[in-house]
Amino acid sequence: MLRFIVRRLLLLVPILLGLSVLLFAWVRALPGGPAQALLGERATPEAVAAIESQLGLDRPLWEQYLQFLGRAVRLDFGASLQTGQPVIDEMLRRFPATIELAVAALLIAVCVGIPLGYLAARRYGTWVDSLAVTGSLLGVTIPIFFLAYLLKYVFSVELGWLPTAGRADPRARAEHPTGFYVLDGIITGNLDASWDAIQHLILPAVALASIPLAVIVRITRASVLNVVNEDYVRTAEAKGLLPGTITRRHVLKNAMLPVTTVIGLQLGVLLAGAVLTETVFAFAGVGKFMADAIVQRDFPTIQGFILVIAVVYVVINMIVDLVYGLLDPRVRVS
Amino acid sequence: MTLLEVRDLSVTFTRSGQQPVRAVDGVTFDVAAGQSVGIVGESGSGKSVTSLAVMGLLPSRGVSVGGTVTLDGNELTSMDQRELRDVRGRDVAMIFQDPMTSLNPVVTNGKQLVEVLTRHAGLSKGEAKTEAEQLLRRVGIPDPVRRLGEYPHQLSGGMRQRVMIAIAIACRPKLLIADEPTTALDVTIQAQILDLLRTLVAESGCGMIMITHDLGVVAGLCDDVHVMYSGRIVESAGTKDLFARPSHPYTDGLLQSIPRIDDDDPADLLHTIPGSARDTVAWDRGCAFQPRCERAVAECLSGPPAVTELGTPIVPHPVRCLRPVGEDVSLHEGNVAR
Ligand SMILES: Nc1ncnc2c1ncn2[C@@H]1O[C@H](COP(=O)(O)OP(=O)(O)O)[C@@H](O)[C@H]1O
Ligand code: SF4
Ligand SMILES: [Mg+2]
Repeated sequence: MLRFIVRRLLLLVPILLGLSVLLFAWVRALPGGPAQALLGERATPEAVAAIESQLGLDRPLWEQYLQFLGRAVRLDFGASLQTGQPVIDEMLRRFPATIELAVAALLIAVCVGIPLGYLAARRYGTWVDSLAVTGSLLGVTIPIFFLAYLLKYVFSVELGWLPTAGRADPRARAEHPTGFYVLDGIITGNLDASWDAIQHLILPAVALASIPLAVIVRITRASVLNVVNEDYVRTAEAKGLLPGTITRRHVLKNAMLPVTTVIGLQLGVLLAGAVLTETVFAFAGVGKFMADAIVQRDFPTIQGFILVIAVVYVVINMIVDLVYGLLDPRVRVS
Repeated sequence: MTLLEVRDLSVTFTRSGQQPVRAVDGVTFDVAAGQSVGIVGESGSGKSVTSLAVMGLLPSRGVSVGGTVTLDGNELTSMDQRELRDVRGRDVAMIFQDPMTSLNPVVTNGKQLVEVLTRHAGLSKGEAKTEAEQLLRRVGIPDPVRRLGEYPHQLSGGMRQRVMIAIAIACRPKLLIADEPTTALDVTIQAQILDLLRTLVAESGCGMIMITHDLGVVAGLCDDVHVMYSGRIVESAGTKDLFARPSHPYTDGLLQSIPRIDDDDPADLLHTIPGSARDTVAWDRGCAFQPRCERAVAECLSGPPAVTELGTPIVPHPVRCLRPVGEDVSLHEGNVAR
């Protein structure tokens, strides 16, 4: 178990090294170089030279790379060009918001997707099935951006049921010891603040959940359809077991294996989708910060964001593999 | 006393947009209490479908079942799934062909054994565990306590089939159906599993249906044998009688394709029936075996061949053939005369 974790973490080293080279090369390849990109096309040569020496861009490439790497190892990605604060601080401050959003979206996707996929499989060929299949096709094809605006327009602007933007009502007084607003409300005994945070979460979370939800419905449906035809399910029937036991112990337990893998893969999609969703709902998370960074050519932030996301992605996948091992004894790590 | 009565059982698969497939056609046989009955036939002859129909395990959609199956006086074919669930696993149990896929890979051997005991035998989990341990010991699995906590993939194929057998006999069923229980196993293991089944059936006194494509398997195991071809029983007899007097050309071919140790002529060793089971004729047009039959005559294609009784009312030996092996002289002359 420990060896497995260590091995997976060691796997991060080549991944991050490769990524760092790519990122480094990418920034250098910006038209006119990073300094020009930063200052815009009409910048004077003097200004460009000043920025270049300030950022160390006038030194040899390998030296720049080593410096970049040395700093990145210490999580020092430089200062954000938007705020002047260290990139890592800016990200750490915003991470709870994004995690909260991603967890909410994943909860929706899992809690709705698995039962729906199961139902579609058991009602194979009926209208319930067709509805689930069409719906999930729609879910993966509608751009998140569009869906987010649509939800916002219908449920906030037109119906006024839910807040249009932000993470909390700006007038509300609430303390935030952890940065996870829903959790903070519970910790500080301020349940109104939690409820407020949840209301702000619903629309962005639904928008963000659309793709994972659709994918989970499809994979659950396909997986259940496969498993119900397996010999061991027939064995269970031949034993005269009750339908509930067969469903839980023999169908779902096996059908969930591919679903687990897919959920892991969808976490990457969630992080990417957060950039769009957070922008639409002015949700102050890492994603919105990243979107702003792209617009502002804030390349230290972009670099830091991508490296951190890579680490998060690998760690999440490691956790998914561990969970998979718990569910499937055949791949259980000793 | 008759334990199982199968009367005129037929199973038709109806898929929309496709010709219906009659997989089992007018199958009739009995199993007496404590008796072992063999059903023999090539792959695709309808053996598995017959056993699934007896168990009530065929899907409800796209399948129509005719005829009756009566177990111990209770007609299974008129029961709903709820009633059938009480019968399955308790009164009639089944062992499947492939032990690699017939056990749930993500549930321990112990749980798969315990669940059938708690379902039917009214045992608590603790009692069921003790019973499960004894069952594993009975089917010859060493170190049962450890094996109960393990998963199927940690066992060899033979051991998995022993677990399947333990599950099947757990609630002391009146009837055991074994559908090619040794086909997927190594030759050396096959004999061990057959020995085990023979012992268990003798000890418990339950009835057994042994389904196989291998006449060699039924030889030392079954009292009666039914030979199936293309969904119908073509010959039924006591095992000894059948081996001594194979009368359907198909049975005869099957017997000749069993390698014999005392046979010196290498040409005889690998006698096989020409053609394959796919070369067939619909039964209502004639004899389904006709395309592969060396004894076929023109009449074989004029409607379903009638059954000829070659035995006595006490020791029956019916054959569905116009020119049974060993009876050819009279029939042949009859044909010539016509
Ligand atoms: N689910 C099914 N749908 C359609 N046809 C089937 C189905 N299952 C079996 N059959 C048909 O029934 C016939 C008998 O199958 P089976 O009983 O499995 O043969 P075997 O004697 O090898 O056990 C086969 O020819 C097959 O085409
Ligand atoms: S009925 Fe005719 S074709 Fe069929 S087995 Fe007998 S002899 Fe052969
Ligand atoms: Mg079969």
